[in-house]
Amino acid sequence: MRFPLREKRAKDFSSGIFIFLVLLAIFLSSPQPAQAIPAFARKYGLPCSACHIGWPELNNFGQVFRDNGYQMMNDMDSPITRDASYFPMTIRITPQWHRESANNQPVDNVPGSGGGGEHAGTLTTAGFDLSGIDIWFAGTLFKNISFSVLPSSDNTATFHFENAFVRFDNLLNSRWLNVKVGKFELDLPVSEKRLLTGSGNGGFYYIYHFSPPGDANPFGGIGDNQLGVEVMGHNANSYTRYSFSVVSSVDGNVGLLTSAGTPAGRTFDYYGHFEQAFNTPHSGLMKVGAYAYFGYAPTFFQTSTVGGVTTPIYGRGNEPFYRAGVEWKWYFNKFLFKTVYLHGYDNAFLANGVPSNSGPLPAGLRSASWNGGFVEGQYVISPQWIIIGRYEGIRMSQQANSATPGDFGNLDAFTIANRWYPFMFSRAGLALQQEYSWVRSHGITNQGGGFGNTCLTVPTCNISSSSVLLGVDFDF
Amino acid sequence: MKKNVIRSLILWAFCLVVALPGQVMAQDLGAHADGKSGDARNGKLLYQRFCVGCHGIEGNGLGENAQWLDPRPRDFTTALFRWRSTPTGTLPTDQDLYDTITRGIVATLMPTWKPLNPQQKVDVLAYIKTFSPRWKTQKPGTPIPIPAETPEVIESVLHGRELYDKMACWKCHGPDGRGDGPSAPTLTDDKNLPIRPYNFHDGTRFRCGETNQDLYKIFMTGLDGTPMPSFADIIQPNDAWDLVHFLRTLQPFVHSKSRELWLQYAKTHPDIKTIGVE
Repeated sequence: MRFPLREKRAKDFSSGIFIFLVLLAIFLSSPQPAQAIPAFARKYGLPCSACHIGWPELNNFGQVFRDNGYQMMNDMDSPITRDASYFPMTIRITPQWHRESANNQPVDNVPGSGGGGEHAGTLTTAGFDLSGIDIWFAGTLFKNISFSVLPSSDNTATFHFENAFVRFDNLLNSRWLNVKVGKFELDLPVSEKRLLTGSGNGGFYYIYHFSPPGDANPFGGIGDNQLGVEVMGHNANSYTRYSFSVVSSVDGNVGLLTSAGTPAGRTFDYYGHFEQAFNTPHSGLMKVGAYAYFGYAPTFFQTSTVGGVTTPIYGRGNEPFYRAGVEWKWYFNKFLFKTVYLHGYDNAFLANGVPSNSGPLPAGLRSASWNGGFVEGQYVISPQWIIIGRYEGIRMSQQANSATPGDFGNLDAFTIANRWYPFMFSRAGLALQQEYSWVRSHGITNQGGGFGNTCLTVPTCNISSSSVLLGVDFDF
Repeated sequence: MKKNVIRSLILWAFCLVVALPGQVMAQDLGAHADGKSGDARNGKLLYQRFCVGCHGIEGNGLGENAQWLDPRPRDFTTALFRWRSTPTGTLPTDQDLYDTITRGIVATLMPTWKPLNPQQKVDVLAYIKTFSPRWKTQKPGTPIPIPAETPEVIESVLHGRELYDKMACWKCHGPDGRGDGPSAPTLTDDKNLPIRPYNFHDGTRFRCGETNQDLYKIFMTGLDGTPMPSFADIIQPNDAWDLVHFLRTLQPFVHSKSRELWLQYAKTHPDIKTIGVE
């Protein structure tokens, strides 16, 4: 027997649910705070799309503007050329609903009790949340002197300085000589701070932060902003660019401490990046480049004992590590492809967490090395609508301990996102984001911001974790 | 039957929607500069990404930011362009517009668009030309000839100075080239908006370019849409070069042979006639 009215109601209900979900997807979503500066758009009267493929990711025009020290080079850059009410400040935060899930997790047999044993299971959390917030000041102090100060917080409003620097541009009247001093993002092949994805598992590049499981190197990765001095240069259209940085071995932490909170060694790390772009016939820009980071990290400390209390003062036994790789980016009409390869190496003492003054390493302990990379594709439907997809993989090429399974720590990650900007003008920005990311790590949890613990059967199990994010990313 | 009619209507509506942009682009007059041919369809996307904030969706210079800008963004619907190689009253060449896009306009919010590749710039140019019917009915003027520059000697500088005085250039640009002549406060452009004469003293780059040839062109083409006329019918090429050499003496922050010659001369001739005094 058919019930037309009931069927119609069921259809209406289904349609209603569908529309609700679409609207929900449209009105909820987005990434962690990163870098886009409506203050610049307000200063120069350009829409966000002039400098960004989709904010916060820069296009070549935005790259040139940044390389010029936040200047258009039209004799209108110094703040004295602006109305006194102009103030170079912007805020960015992302209200969102997100869901985090990971399998092979230790789950208590009796909820609410640590007793009763545990089993491997899937843990899932979900709900409305906030991202951290960026309160960013950036601009020019004078012609050819620019600055940036970015107090940034997590979602509990605990602040730190994400960056703070002064830059002296066009020294000796040459765009090939610019000097930046302070804390800044390294000139990476693809900026992680300007990522268009932002979920727990998809809001960063794994290769920029990866360390093998058990590795004691406190270096947080080239994705972390660093403290030091950068010399960089570029040609008029930034098709040719170089950057060389000398940074303290503190992983960007203030107080001469490492990321582990321990005293840093009195050493410097070095980073270099070179990039060359070409115009390809009938398509767009192609960029190739190479980069390398070479650093030191302490394996023990110089201590001082006063009143029976021993305090580490500074790091010693500094051992080397490096990250190096190449990049290839292609702006193929509406498609943008980005590929980055990285090879990582940690000295045997760092990789095994053994003080270098403790004598020869036990048999089987050795340096760790790995290879990783990502391929990211973006389809720019319009300046207001971008679809993003990314695969990232990391493979250990040598474990620090020869007894460790060869694939321990290997990782695969997929992210797909849809980012829509309902309006595009020069005063503020709003993006609605829907994103899904999935990561599988071999033997141990992934090292990202997503939810997940070490699995019960280390090192043999795999952990898959996923994030769903529906957010409203806004920037004013 | 009724369903078929509805389907047909929908199909026709769809075709119309798809075809309309093509019709709009049928006005695409193309553009050719720097060895490239522009496509207005691609240019439209680029225009919407980069230019629309100031020049407006209809190219009339009334973008969302226009009200805050001084000088105002160019109104493409009038096809009046200041920096040309062509005689006054004529359309510029595609290369003129291409060069302006590339160079930007110093001391305004029109940035240099060097980061765009040549094809992108020609595409934008092709789209800009769809805003005014003038491009359909008129051809660009013939670029004025620029004869070889005369020698930069003190006689040339002094003659240029004499012309600057005699032709009353100082009434707008001021006796010292600071843009503060007695007529300066009264000047307006074609939109009846106040406009300032160029300040040679503070400016290190000209909006038309940086070379003496660029400056020469200004005398001979004038700046359409502004009170700056063309002097092509009034002065000879040699006179124009003399004026160029004199104007260089007004720029203390730009090194030039003319200025060196002038400074030496001025030291030994303290009684030289002041500009703007009878």
